[in-house]
Amino acid sequence: MRVRATLYSPDELIYDKDFELDLLNAIVALSNFVIIPAMSYGAQLALGALGVTLIYGILRFSNFAHGDTMAFGAMVTVLVTWLFQSWGISLGPLPTALLALPFGILGCMALLLATDRVVYRFYRAQKAKPVIFVIVSLGVTFILNGLVRFIIGPDDQRFLDGERFIISARTFKEITGLREGLAFKTTQGITILTAVIVVALLFWFLNRTRTGKSMRAYSDNEDLALLSGINPERVVRVTWLIVAGLATIAGVLYGLDKSFKPFTYFQLLLPIFASAIVGGLGNPLGAIAGGFVIAFSEVTVTYAWKKVVTYVVPEDMAPDTLVQLLSTDYKLAVSFVILLIVLLVKPTGLFAGKAV
Amino acid sequence: MSSDPYSDRGNKDLSLGNPKGMGTATPVKQGGKSYPSAGGPFLIGENMTGGYGAGPDILHDCTIAVDRGEIAVIVGPNGAGKSTGMKAVFGMLNLREGHVKLDGEDITQLSPQDRVAKGMGFVPQTSNIFTSMTVEENLEMGAFIRTDDISGTMAQIYDLFPILKEKRLQAAGELSGGQRQQVAVGRALMTQPKVLMLDEPTAGVSPIVMDELFDRIIEVARTGIPILMVEQNARQALEIADKGYVLVQGRNAYTGTGKELLADPEVRKSFLGG
Repeated sequence: MRVRATLYSPDELIYDKDFELDLLNAIVALSNFVIIPAMSYGAQLALGALGVTLIYGILRFSNFAHGDTMAFGAMVTVLVTWLFQSWGISLGPLPTALLALPFGILGCMALLLATDRVVYRFYRAQKAKPVIFVIVSLGVTFILNGLVRFIIGPDDQRFLDGERFIISARTFKEITGLREGLAFKTTQGITILTAVIVVALLFWFLNRTRTGKSMRAYSDNEDLALLSGINPERVVRVTWLIVAGLATIAGVLYGLDKSFKPFTYFQLLLPIFASAIVGGLGNPLGAIAGGFVIAFSEVTVTYAWKKVVTYVVPEDMAPDTLVQLLSTDYKLAVSFVILLIVLLVKPTGLFAGKAV
Repeated sequence: MSSDPYSDRGNKDLSLGNPKGMGTATPVKQGGKSYPSAGGPFLIGENMTGGYGAGPDILHDCTIAVDRGEIAVIVGPNGAGKSTGMKAVFGMLNLREGHVKLDGEDITQLSPQDRVAKGMGFVPQTSNIFTSMTVEENLEMGAFIRTDDISGTMAQIYDLFPILKEKRLQAAGELSGGQRQQVAVGRALMTQPKVLMLDEPTAGVSPIVMDELFDRIIEVARTGIPILMVEQNARQALEIADKGYVLVQGRNAYTGTGKELLADPEVRKSFLGG
């Protein structure tokens, strides 16, 4: 089953059946190792970036505490999941964490409202400049960071249960008879589906409801919003509530897909900010696009292409090396480089946000 | 000014913060009480003395009033406190002396938001529309405090400004200067205000558009809404005014009907260019 392009006539290249199969194998391998993982990672980044972009647009600062907010929401979800598991409650094939998710969101909402009350509200009353808020949010980051590690510990925690695969690689091979398997994990399916639902709800809320429109109005022109009778404190409160929902969902999905470790959420801050800035800060549509751009770049640059390339090129051109541009250790560097390029070339981002 | 912890220092990086559209109104205090105080014109800022925050006084014993069915115009040289006078009536600065009364109620202590609820519509001079939102959404936001059906008011505004109906699904920021002002006035009218306050509605628009805007303002006045307006184009404004106030350095210099002021040789000499 090696790659072979047979020349039947001098004028046209006709590939034999083996090559078609090899192409199929290549596509399957590509989907298995690049497209599906990048899709779900992209969806997680997009949800994270949406939270960042909402805070930026409405509260007018880059919230460095977002990664740890995700960690906190996910932590509450993990704890409730364990409680449910100890009670023997489960969702059958689906992870129990989905059942615990609403509690995680509530916990995160309480945390964010409390932080706003204790910390941010003071600076809002002073009409403090955004850069002060940024530094304040950095302080909040460290406190949350410590809080999460204090409660659940710094180690990896597993809370995934239920069916592991929607389609496992083995089943796929048996059904199709291809050499390459295509695994589609339950968590990946849940991630993508949840992201679609959440994004649709968010856009409906922002563009169709009175409260959503008042949030956009406040983001656009605070003084005029005040003159129109929009209550700024209410806008801020609703924003935190939505951000709590987004952050917890993103955090739990990431934790289910990979694993829950407090420090990884702090590290996620870079790709999340890169996504938000690449898409255009303050622009929700941009945050989603940015999330997928970053995810696909990270995965394609750090993927070892040897397998896919071997299927596609003629046998004698098959590579000896891994054909990997960067080791996975450097995956954070990818978002950093993209961030730099975007800031240099098109600072407003792909979807023209608030102009960085 | 590094001694001021809340100054603008280190605040230029837009990837960190988003100062665009940030609020500047300082007394954002909520609440305040109003109490009945019968008599006098429909809206009056009486003997107002005060300035922004803890700053120096800008207004000195200044009185501005407008009665039902009238257009009152505030004119005067640059820096005379015209806009400040209007903002004082709207509660955007601290009055040390004087009262503001609306429809037989003393509203001196009310916050601007509460004055909107009491029936005052205010169109600021700049940033008076939501640029990223459509014309229709701008109008909807204008009616934010209303809980009843707003479609009737919106239809009235589209009748008054037909161009807005045509552009209702377009982002307000994409419109021309004159159209933006129409959106701004329309937004303020959505609350069905009892009095409309316009801060230089014709600033930065061409003379033709200016004439059209004045026509529209007269039309609004004809519907019975009293209008208090600050204007740079003194002559034209006084021509349509029932009442005119010439302010100089925060004080009432001349007061009279529009015609009287136009005929007053002193006013002509100092402010209308002879």
